[in-house]
Amino acid sequence: MIEGAVWRKWVFYNIPLILFVFVLLFPFYWMIITTFRPDGELYRPWNAANYQPFWTNNPTLDHVLYLFEETSFGRWMLNTMFIAAVSTVISLICGVFAGYALARLNFPFAGGLGTVIFVTYLVPQTLLFIPLAEIIRNFQLGDTPWALILTYPTFLIPFCTWLMMGYFKAIPKELEECARIDGASRWKAMVYIILPVAVPGILSAGIFAFTLSWNEFIYALVFLSSPDQKTVPVGVTSELIRGDVFFWGPLMAGALLGSIPVAIVYSFFVEHYVSGLTGSVKG
Amino acid sequence: MAVTAVSGPVARPTPRLRRMEDERWLAFALLVPTAVLLGLFIAYPFIEGVLLSLNSTRVGVKGDFVGLKNFDKIWNDSIFRTSVWNTFWYTGVTTVFKLALGLWLAMLLNRHFKGKALVRAFILLPFIIPTVLSTFAWKWMFDPTFSVINWTLFQLGFITQRINWLGDPDLAMTSIIIVNVWRGVPFFAISLLAGLQTISPELQEAAAIDGARPWQRFWHVTWPLLLPVTMVVVLFSVIQTFADFQLVYVMTGGGPANATHLFATYAYQLGIGTGLLSEGAAVSLAMFPFLFLIVVVQLLYIRRVETR
Repeated sequence: MIEGAVWRKWVFYNIPLILFVFVLLFPFYWMIITTFRPDGELYRPWNAANYQPFWTNNPTLDHVLYLFEETSFGRWMLNTMFIAAVSTVISLICGVFAGYALARLNFPFAGGLGTVIFVTYLVPQTLLFIPLAEIIRNFQLGDTPWALILTYPTFLIPFCTWLMMGYFKAIPKELEECARIDGASRWKAMVYIILPVAVPGILSAGIFAFTLSWNEFIYALVFLSSPDQKTVPVGVTSELIRGDVFFWGPLMAGALLGSIPVAIVYSFFVEHYVSGLTGSVKG
Repeated sequence: MAVTAVSGPVARPTPRLRRMEDERWLAFALLVPTAVLLGLFIAYPFIEGVLLSLNSTRVGVKGDFVGLKNFDKIWNDSIFRTSVWNTFWYTGVTTVFKLALGLWLAMLLNRHFKGKALVRAFILLPFIIPTVLSTFAWKWMFDPTFSVINWTLFQLGFITQRINWLGDPDLAMTSIIIVNVWRGVPFFAISLLAGLQTISPELQEAAAIDGARPWQRFWHVTWPLLLPVTMVVVLFSVIQTFADFQLVYVMTGGGPANATHLFATYAYQLGIGTGLLSEGAAVSLAMFPFLFLIVVVQLLYIRRVETR
């Protein structure tokens, strides 16, 4: 595809790509360097003579230790992990069931229901958080993980359903019919024949749902109040800023450590994540 | 069909299981959990939200029915008007940049080179890492006193004085836009890349043989074929951006002097911050007509593509 000299390849492809990668990744480098930089170096004005932005000669673990000793960061991590895992499992079960029903069963209003689920997929959390906060309080769920575990599926299920419908539609009908001729019930044909074939789709939906719930912010901010119940994004926001004072070292340490679980999950399943992402917009 | 095959001499299952053999019953059973959760936590709050917005409820004070008074009040509220303008500006500008840069990045990635898989995996990081956490990194980079961006611009000779990124209303909005574009470009790039990969290179070659210049090949071959994917990606992103909350909440909290509020952050400030639940719900619901319009466009478009 590329014609011409080597310099053209550099000017038109390599240099722009390097710039993109640099800009996209620099904030993470900044997070890491801030985490290990001692306070004395951190709070040096940008125009000071000894401002040395990109490296530190005195790396320290103070900020990380502060996080674990002075705040409930460990708790926040566990809370987030628990909430993300349980709501992902709930959403996967619901999404797989609903996706199967909508893609492979004949029943009245199937098309209409599919549209309804697609529309709820597009309802943003910020549209409903105020009335939902009231409802959560009335259900006595306020300030418990269940407030989030039960509400996160509202944006995860539509996504999982949508993605699974695509997968189920691609599986040939004959596969199921063979099993049914051999005497399997509809339920067994679904669980033992169709679901195993759809495992890549389930994995994609699961990874994607997990990262989405790890990222969720406004529900967690509104529904949780005691420091021990918070998730990482909310805990970092509310406990590491006192009035106008930002504890930048611990803040960046928290941002870094809070990102690691998602990054690990992502790194193991990049391909599944990407197919979930592209599947989610293919419709 | 296959149904007749099982109703033969096979051992009869229990009545409950036999009912599951009926497609409609099975479909019903499979859809119940979804319907319950979505009904309880989407449909019900939506109705509650509408009622709340027609009320005068505050925290701890049960309100009375006041009709459209809340909407009338926010309509005459200058902060609300600023938020509406901000939301449209923010959505419009970021979408244009995300699309342009995302498409460019997708085209850079749409060829074979060493380490492509690795580059692709790393590029998606801004989209994976929780927004609040990465936005804090940006806020720190934009810090008025300790900004590394200021330092770099100063060293390169572009500025002589500090830029107060988040302290000036216009610059604050620009900073927020930069962060949103940064976070959104990977999503656009990877989705569009998936779209590009479905376009056969032979079409490009045929056009090249017919004498089409690179720009013409893009405009007459690639772009029309990519349009369906582009439309969907743009509409998704528009909805997400329009209803955004976390980025602005972390970067400026709506400040300075309420200059960078969006619908969602202003609704939060009124409803949760000040405790004016009904007014907050009204601000939130004011997003609905626009979101509804976008969804209708999207549904019509999908239908048109499917029936073509």
